[in-house]
Amino acid sequence: MSSHESSYEPKSATAKWWDERLPLPRLMYDQFVEFPTPRNLNYLWTFGGILTFCLVAQIVTGIVLAMHYVPSGTDAFDSVDRIRRDVNYGWLIQPMHAVGASMFFLAAYIHTFRGLYYGSYRAPREILWILGVFILLAMMATAFMGYSLPWGQMSFWAVTVITNLFSSLDQIIPGFGTSIVEWLWGGYAVSGVTLTRFYSLHYLLPFVIFGLVILHVWALHVCGQNNPTGIEIKTKSDSLPMYPYAVSKDIFGLFVFVIIFAWFLLFLPDYLGHADNFVKADPLVTPPHIVPEWYFLPFYAILRAIPDKLGGVIAMFASIAILAFVPWLDRSPVRSTKYRPIYKWFFWLFVFTCLALGYLGAKPAEGVYVFWARIFTLYYFAHFLIVMPILGSMETPKSLPGSISEAVLGKGSKSTTSSAPAGAPIGAPAAPEDR
Amino acid sequence: MNIKHALSPLCGVLVGIASLGLAANANAAGEAIHIDRHEWNYGGIKGQFDPVQLRRGFQVYQEVCAACHGLERVRFRNLVEPGGPQFDEEAVKALAADWPNQIIDGPNDEGEMFERPPKLSDPLKGPYRNQQEARAAQNGAYPPDLSLITRARGVHNDSPWYLHVPQMALDILSGYQEGGSDYLYALLTGYKEPPEGFELSEGMSYNKYFPGHQIAMAQPIPDEGAVEYQENAGATSSMKQNAEDVTAFLAWSADPSLNQRKQLGWSALIYLLITTLLLYFAKKRIWARVKH
Ligand code: HEC
Ligand code: HEM
Repeated sequence: MSSHESSYEPKSATAKWWDERLPLPRLMYDQFVEFPTPRNLNYLWTFGGILTFCLVAQIVTGIVLAMHYVPSGTDAFDSVDRIRRDVNYGWLIQPMHAVGASMFFLAAYIHTFRGLYYGSYRAPREILWILGVFILLAMMATAFMGYSLPWGQMSFWAVTVITNLFSSLDQIIPGFGTSIVEWLWGGYAVSGVTLTRFYSLHYLLPFVIFGLVILHVWALHVCGQNNPTGIEIKTKSDSLPMYPYAVSKDIFGLFVFVIIFAWFLLFLPDYLGHADNFVKADPLVTPPHIVPEWYFLPFYAILRAIPDKLGGVIAMFASIAILAFVPWLDRSPVRSTKYRPIYKWFFWLFVFTCLALGYLGAKPAEGVYVFWARIFTLYYFAHFLIVMPILGSMETPKSLPGSISEAVLGKGSKSTTSSAPAGAPIGAPAAPEDR
Repeated sequence: MNIKHALSPLCGVLVGIASLGLAANANAAGEAIHIDRHEWNYGGIKGQFDPVQLRRGFQVYQEVCAACHGLERVRFRNLVEPGGPQFDEEAVKALAADWPNQIIDGPNDEGEMFERPPKLSDPLKGPYRNQQEARAAQNGAYPPDLSLITRARGVHNDSPWYLHVPQMALDILSGYQEGGSDYLYALLTGYKEPPEGFELSEGMSYNKYFPGHQIAMAQPIPDEGAVEYQENAGATSSMKQNAEDVTAFLAWSADPSLNQRKQLGWSALIYLLITTLLLYFAKKRIWARVKH
């Protein structure tokens, strides 16, 4: 697992005893104390730690909620209300979990855009990146099922709308989609039966995410971290040990994040949710606007932008799946957008596109909103399928600094700053043995 | 080869489409009902419920709304607790014993269900046993339980698209979460003569703020006010005052931990800010050892 020599020396007899049997302390020391981190990491690199915090917070609050929650079509809504009113500190723990889910996505999206900006998906980090995409998918599934649990109007109707999407598979094999939908529902309609299976899976999936996170961190510690220059660590002076340097920065970043979390939790617990979910689920009353939670809005906009139901479903899933192919779609000789004067603009256009799709996802699918949703959906995919490969191979990147140390310390003369020979990958995918 | 040049026509087209969309957007935004924001003393990041106001609000609920609406997620004992109206416990016991709507309990030793007056631990029952009975009594309309009503309604951010994000930022920074209260207040004070040509169905009333403008609830608080406040109630009764007070009371019933939550918010924030600052200096010191 290690990408550097272990310098761990057990200090006590017990530590030595352990080290010879199960070198867990050594693993922790090598991977989280001595581990070399690029010395030029900025605050966008604190989000990995923040995400770990979010996952643990969701699991801890979730386990407490599960002690009081009643997964049944008739009692779920009332049980969540009782948690808020009657369970000790339930008024704090329940919104902590609900607001926590939003914060989790906020952090995950920032983390992902960080990766896109600095080219963290490029070789040799493809597997690391793809594991991240899987984590995002699993988070989405978890949050979708979690959102069904309070069994309010929006819970019920979101489940109805989203599970119904699978019926579009009937367009491919008649009857196939319908069977899937009935299988998901556990019957011929969304009911308490659907709720209990979603509850079971909502309890399971976070632990799957936990497993994926371990693999993600493993892959990270094999390849090492990327950094704002996108140049690999070449010499020892390019890096600093994780403890105390990166750690002190991570903890500070985490606390800033927790302040924002606390602001929403304690002053605005309802702001990120939807009022309709304070009305008990009623299969006979359809809310005028069925809208998912904010973190699904861009994908919801893409779904509704396509006039054909099956096409919409495919586009929605493709909009996430396409992320997995980014390592091969980006043809630029450099990793970091910092050195890509033209792509930079397209990157921010892409960020704007995602925000605009989020805005449109919350609007009714009619008139001008549909028109714009289509334009932005088009760009969403064009960014990956056209801009990334074509611009990547056409653009002339700015010249890279010779090394991380040089970028940070300005050490050495400009003359060592090679503008790479044409065709040769400048500092980008460096072979592991370079380090 | 200059990509920047090749791009400029594309940018032109995009700007063109954008302005087109802007114009069309302005047309599409017609129908939303605008609801004014009201000053709530429990609003924003500092607001707290005023027990005196909540007591007035409870009086309005009891004398007016309870005729049709239940408040079944609230228990009598909650009326005594801190952060709420904080009535005297003895007064609430008496109130419960006199509550017009009985609790169905049982079975007793003979195996029969029976009715009894509520105790402190019982909910504030409404007049109807179930939705069907309510609809039968109310011409087919259903007066919902009001326990969660201010959280179950909201107002939309109806700013134009280019002000959407600034408005959002403003709401987040000011801690605006009183959309439900704003709606309820607007609803209770929004009974008007229907405009010329408006077709009002039998038994319905015109309300400026109810979606569709036809509501099956007749104006619950008349223009001159509905209740007599006591001498020491801190306000004189009027339609607007009654509406404001009952809204505050229902906001409490939907979110009874608001006071406690915001108090914790302030302590947590102060603690976090200090710790974060210390962490920042610690980080600075650690990094001062190396060039960066
Ligand atoms: C005479 C019976 C009656 C009284 C008294 C009454 N209501 Fe209603 N209320 C109704 C009915 C019936 C409805 C259902 C209206 C509809 O769906 O059109 C309703 C609906 C409501 C709604 C839901 C509106 C919405 O957005 O769906 C609220 C809120 C409400 N009432 C509040 C109050 C308050 C507060 C009071 C006391 C000041 C009150 N009501 C007094 C009968 C009553
Ligand atoms: C990946 C981590 C998790 C995410 C993203 C997540 C997300 C969510 C969401 C969005 C809700 C709906 C909250 C609301 O709107 O009120 C919810 C509810 C719930 N979750 Fe989770 N959750 C996670 C982990 C867990 C775990 C590990 C458990 C249990 C061990 C759990 C148990 C519950 C319960 C009991 C509810 C229903 C109560 C409620 O609505 O607050 N969750 N979850």
